[in-house]
Amino acid sequence: MLKGQQSWLFQSRPVIRATGAVGGPFEAEGAIAEDFDLLHGDIWLGETSFEKAEKKLMEQACEIAIERSGLKKEDLQFFLCGDLMNQIITSSFTARTIGVPFLGLYGACSSAMEGLALASLLVDGGYARNVLAATSSHNAAAEKQFRYPTEYGSQKPPTAQWTVTGAGAAVVSVEGDGPRVTAATIGRVVDMGLSDPFNMGAAMAPAAVDTIEAHFRDLGRDHAYYDLIATGDLGRLGHQIAADLLEKHGAPIPKEKFTDCGVLIYKKEQPVFAGGSGCACSATVTYGHFLKKLRKGELRKILVVATGALLSPISYQQKESIPCIAHAVAIENE
Amino acid sequence: MSNRKKKKKLTPAQQEYQRFAKAREMKRPVWSNALRAFIAGGIICAIGQGIQEFFIKYFNFTEVTAGNPTVAVLIFISVLLTGFGIYDHIAQWAGAGTAVPVTGFANSVVSAAMEHRSEGLVLGVSAKMFELAGSVIVFGVFAAFVVALIKLTIKALGGI
Repeated sequence: MLKGQQSWLFQSRPVIRATGAVGGPFEAEGAIAEDFDLLHGDIWLGETSFEKAEKKLMEQACEIAIERSGLKKEDLQFFLCGDLMNQIITSSFTARTIGVPFLGLYGACSSAMEGLALASLLVDGGYARNVLAATSSHNAAAEKQFRYPTEYGSQKPPTAQWTVTGAGAAVVSVEGDGPRVTAATIGRVVDMGLSDPFNMGAAMAPAAVDTIEAHFRDLGRDHAYYDLIATGDLGRLGHQIAADLLEKHGAPIPKEKFTDCGVLIYKKEQPVFAGGSGCACSATVTYGHFLKKLRKGELRKILVVATGALLSPISYQQKESIPCIAHAVAIENE
Repeated sequence: MSNRKKKKKLTPAQQEYQRFAKAREMKRPVWSNALRAFIAGGIICAIGQGIQEFFIKYFNFTEVTAGNPTVAVLIFISVLLTGFGIYDHIAQWAGAGTAVPVTGFANSVVSAAMEHRSEGLVLGVSAKMFELAGSVIVFGVFAAFVVALIKLTIKALGGI
């Protein structure tokens, strides 16, 4: 049911029945490695290209989620999936493997919550009983497409971020046990004129703030409703800017409950500059780390605000600024 | 100049935000980057000098003819380090120190060739090999052409 301008309140409270989170070698050395379901020591995953390796990550995350849900592929009505590759090939190729009716998404790194929100909408509206939502990213595949060859020696500034190698998938159902998706806010595109692809946190922070404020306004809530509010991949700088912006707007979120997936995923000493980014960043942290805490009862109500920078290598070369977006999904324990 | 032009098109809200964000940005460590580039670049040049002396002393090259084999050895070392995945780590530390010498050029060619190996030898390796180095070649050749023109003009006018 529509609430306010841009939010949905899911009255049937769709269940996240099972999830799968897969990561690469850098994530295996990270701060939340134990929350991944599967970790790989090789960025190639034994494949002949980075693109094929990313597809394998996505397939594995989906397989794990389906298996743990106790459902069969035939029980899934739809598969919603997004990634960072041109023409979202990782998603389409995974959909070919899975064989479930498929809708491809592109919201850059916000795709994880875009998929989860739409999956919940389909289930809540009675248009599906079980929906699989997934996203992935691969560090080297993303670098190859968006920046430079992986082995090229360019010096990155401290504001740069490290694309997460991994994939996250969730089965959203009308019934079953698990945390429930209770609300979602769809963000609008915000562009503050920043154009540096090595500082995407600062570009995306206003979009995250815009969506958080819209969420609170539409649902008549404030931060007190949630135990934890996490932005997707703003990194250290972007997250600090978002926190300061919220404070400037007169609605600060206390430091202890406001976090960022891109800051959580890696250890401080890992050379990831300002933190993690990529579709898999919010997906693996949400489906691995947060969902585990929700299931254990360590968290009760969380809001995940996945942020995305909607640029392309060509728009950047043509000196366009970076349009950004953020989608928020509220997940509650029972 | 272009920066000022861009700023003009921004709305007041965008300008205010950019100042807000800029104030929080971690600064690029320009001085330490410059120092590191100086050290790393200097070390590479010193190694090159050593190789040149080696060729002169043991292989009867002159100071002029030793240039080519010296560059070849440096390129070979750079290519090897790129292939083993070490060069980019050194470059993150050294910055311009590893980018400016001939080793940086070799790295840009080989890294691109390796990256696109998965698209085959024709459409991948050979077509994409110069995606980064291409601009260096174009501007390098053009700059050499301009300098040669200037030199010939001065000569024709009776200069040195």
